[in-house]
Amino acid sequence: MAAVFPTQANRRRHGGSGVWVGLAVLTAALALIPVLTIAITAASDTGTLWSHVIAYVLPQAVQNTAILLAGTGIIATCVGTGAAWIVSAYDFRGRGVLEWALLLPLAVPTYIMAYAYLDVLSPLGPVQGVIRAILGYDSPRDFRLPDIRSMWGAILIFGFVLYPYVYLTTRAMFLTQAANLIEVSRTLGVRRSTVFWRVALPLARPAIAVGVSLALMEALNDVGAAQFLGIRTLTASVYTTWIIRTDLPGAAQIAMAMLVFVVTLIVVERWARRDQRFAHSAQRARPMDPQRLTGARGLLALALGALPIVIGFLGPALYLLFEAIERIEFAGLSPYLVRATLNTVSLSAVATLVVLFMGFAVAYAARLRPDRLTGAMARIATLGYAVPGTVLAIGILIPVAFIDRTLDHAMREWFGISTGLLLLGSGAALVYAYAARFLAIASGGIEAGLSRIPMSYDHAARTLGQTATGALVRVHLPLSRAALTAAGLLVFVDCMKELPATLLLRPLNFESLSTLLYGEAARGTYEDAALAALIIIAIGILPVILLARTGRRTPGANAHQG
Amino acid sequence: MTTLKRFAVASLFALTAASPALAQEVNIYTTREPGLIQPILEAFTEETGIAVNTVFLQDGLAERVAAEGESSPADILMTVDFGVLSDLVDRGLTQPVESEVLEAAIPEVLRDADGNWFALSGRARVLYAAKDLDLDTFTYEQLDDEEWRGRLCIRSGHHPYNTALFAAYIAHHGEDAALQWLEGIKANQARVAAGGDRDGARDIAAGICDISIGNSYYVGLMASGAGGDEQKAWSDEIKVILPTFENGGTQVNISGAGVAAHAPNREEAVQLLEYLVSDEAQKLYAEANFEYPVTGTAEAHPIIAAFGELEPDSIPLGDIVQYRTLASELVDRVNFDTFEN
Repeated sequence: MAAVFPTQANRRRHGGSGVWVGLAVLTAALALIPVLTIAITAASDTGTLWSHVIAYVLPQAVQNTAILLAGTGIIATCVGTGAAWIVSAYDFRGRGVLEWALLLPLAVPTYIMAYAYLDVLSPLGPVQGVIRAILGYDSPRDFRLPDIRSMWGAILIFGFVLYPYVYLTTRAMFLTQAANLIEVSRTLGVRRSTVFWRVALPLARPAIAVGVSLALMEALNDVGAAQFLGIRTLTASVYTTWIIRTDLPGAAQIAMAMLVFVVTLIVVERWARRDQRFAHSAQRARPMDPQRLTGARGLLALALGALPIVIGFLGPALYLLFEAIERIEFAGLSPYLVRATLNTVSLSAVATLVVLFMGFAVAYAARLRPDRLTGAMARIATLGYAVPGTVLAIGILIPVAFIDRTLDHAMREWFGISTGLLLLGSGAALVYAYAARFLAIASGGIEAGLSRIPMSYDHAARTLGQTATGALVRVHLPLSRAALTAAGLLVFVDCMKELPATLLLRPLNFESLSTLLYGEAARGTYEDAALAALIIIAIGILPVILLARTGRRTPGANAHQG
Repeated sequence: MTTLKRFAVASLFALTAASPALAQEVNIYTTREPGLIQPILEAFTEETGIAVNTVFLQDGLAERVAAEGESSPADILMTVDFGVLSDLVDRGLTQPVESEVLEAAIPEVLRDADGNWFALSGRARVLYAAKDLDLDTFTYEQLDDEEWRGRLCIRSGHHPYNTALFAAYIAHHGEDAALQWLEGIKANQARVAAGGDRDGARDIAAGICDISIGNSYYVGLMASGAGGDEQKAWSDEIKVILPTFENGGTQVNISGAGVAAHAPNREEAVQLLEYLVSDEAQKLYAEANFEYPVTGTAEAHPIIAAFGELEPDSIPLGDIVQYRTLASELVDRVNFDTFEN
């Protein structure tokens, strides 16, 4: 009714929301362009490709991919949720460090982790050497452990490097949302361990779903680690079809089929919990009151919580440190490193700002006008994350190069000057690629952050005369700072690690840490690259620590929201 | 707002990106890690005053150059695999070059008759064998012998280096024989077909396998100590045999280059290519990268020369390329990259 006879208050309430809906549509369009490009690329005749793929490639690749994802999902869920519960429900010596240190594996690129473990656990490596010495064998020919280049090796590596996505989301859930319900169950006499299974875990399901889907998409789209470990996944088939058979349309077709599959999975998961409501009325969300553990039980909790950090971070980081020191002694410091570090940090920072802005536009528009349009925009914005990075990079390259070419041509026609490649030549194409790829990470987090601010605040701000943008600046931004920081830092770390798009879309003479690292890898001198990898990890640690500190402040921030 | 930001970013990177101070320049798009050729390029700049800009594009070199079209800054397209190079030529991304220097320096079989591509260095696909193995000669046809059940290490069947070798086998013996041969090699695998060629040497040293297929220059990189003590120890455990086809020679792949179709600095590009086949540059290829020089006047590195006289296979590279897709399909058909032994 109000819409038919707009009152002054109502006009004010919708004032300025058009801009945000417009921005959301623009964001979604930008995210859709590369996916559409891939779809168009796929729409051509690829001859006998599919009969070959169905007969000889899919059976193995689908099975491998399914086992890899299932295994990775189980490990990431168990480790991530378990660790989040340990540091949320219990208090013990060392908990403060564990809280942030559990995020550290985020800073390690998966292929680095694979390489490090391949070397450390090789029959010639230190671990097997010690085992042989203890058992009294002289040569690896007499005794050696099973090869890590196998499915179980891949599952362990992916699981332990990707669990932080689950840890991050479930821990936020335990801290901010579950506390009251958990307290109530405790009051009703439920044992703490039973609370985990009967209250905390079911409550955390949406958070686990979000975390696991991020982790699984990382695993699904990986090429590097799978290559080392010899796992033929669907993404590896896409890669082979494109690179070895120079059949880009065929590769695009397989990638599109995978995208449809992933989207279906996500839709099904959402549908499966359509009737469940996870919202809670508790305005005064507050942190759980952790149970104090002392003595042996405290040590056990510390050991359990530290295990994922040792496997997912300390192991590879120490290995790299060792290799890097050896290389510096041997070959000295490369002058390219400083430049590459600067490039990486500045590029990732700019991309992160852009991603945050786009993510905010989408989430805020959906809040201002919760309808089908804005809902669809929010879903479309996340598509890029579900496409293998190598393929997405092509989806960016084609339209961006088209703009560059057209612009250059027009300028030459009209003014007789050549602009060259404006977007590809400046690095702007890279920013676009990062935005299209990592928007999903940002928008999910921001959406969750905004959803914790009661709608009554919006109404109050509007009644007091604020426009949509005014309310955003004065109410939403300050109140969702924690969520924004968390999203921003995740995106930043992912931008630093990103490889395929960076390789394909960078300007001449532009090296980032990850391309430097890959360059060394390409000539098979990973050891030389240890330093670049170490810098990626070191810079990655800073935001991770920041992220953890923000996380710890979240409950407090929420408490005074109420 | 986003466009504004983009523009700001654009200007930012325009400022930070290296702006060549020299008037003359030449731009290389390469699938070859530039670190390997950096010393050669620096020597070129010193000698001629022409600045060299590079970008290393592992995959999608052809897609990028094609997408950039007439606006592409690329002058030279350089690859480390002949398949990729001939693909660039097939897609019309190169242009013919006539140069007496290039024609005099490079043997006819190692360059395009129309001047669309030129080989710059060679690498042989050789056999690494445990050093105490009683083995002095080897043919590629022996790779599927039952003698080697569970004793062979090899990288992914879908890696371009193996694709080239398998395609050469098809060219020699036909599809059916190749399929059987690949099945035999798969049965001989001691571990999953993955990793790089050096892993073959490492796994021989570790006792996982007795023979392995790898490129010749890796042996130089390992044995010279350039890859560190650990790798030197691996190379100490192997000996290298130059295998041949029963009715031919050793399979040799090339690194090569062509001038881009829309090269803005065509003259400088040709000048650089000519420099790359000079004795000085070819010596650097041999000494820094342990590759085979393509010109008759330069010599291989002593470590590489010690393998024996290289007798390249008789079938021209251009005739092998057509079998790449088939080779890749056969790899799928025998499920080469899944370890089942």
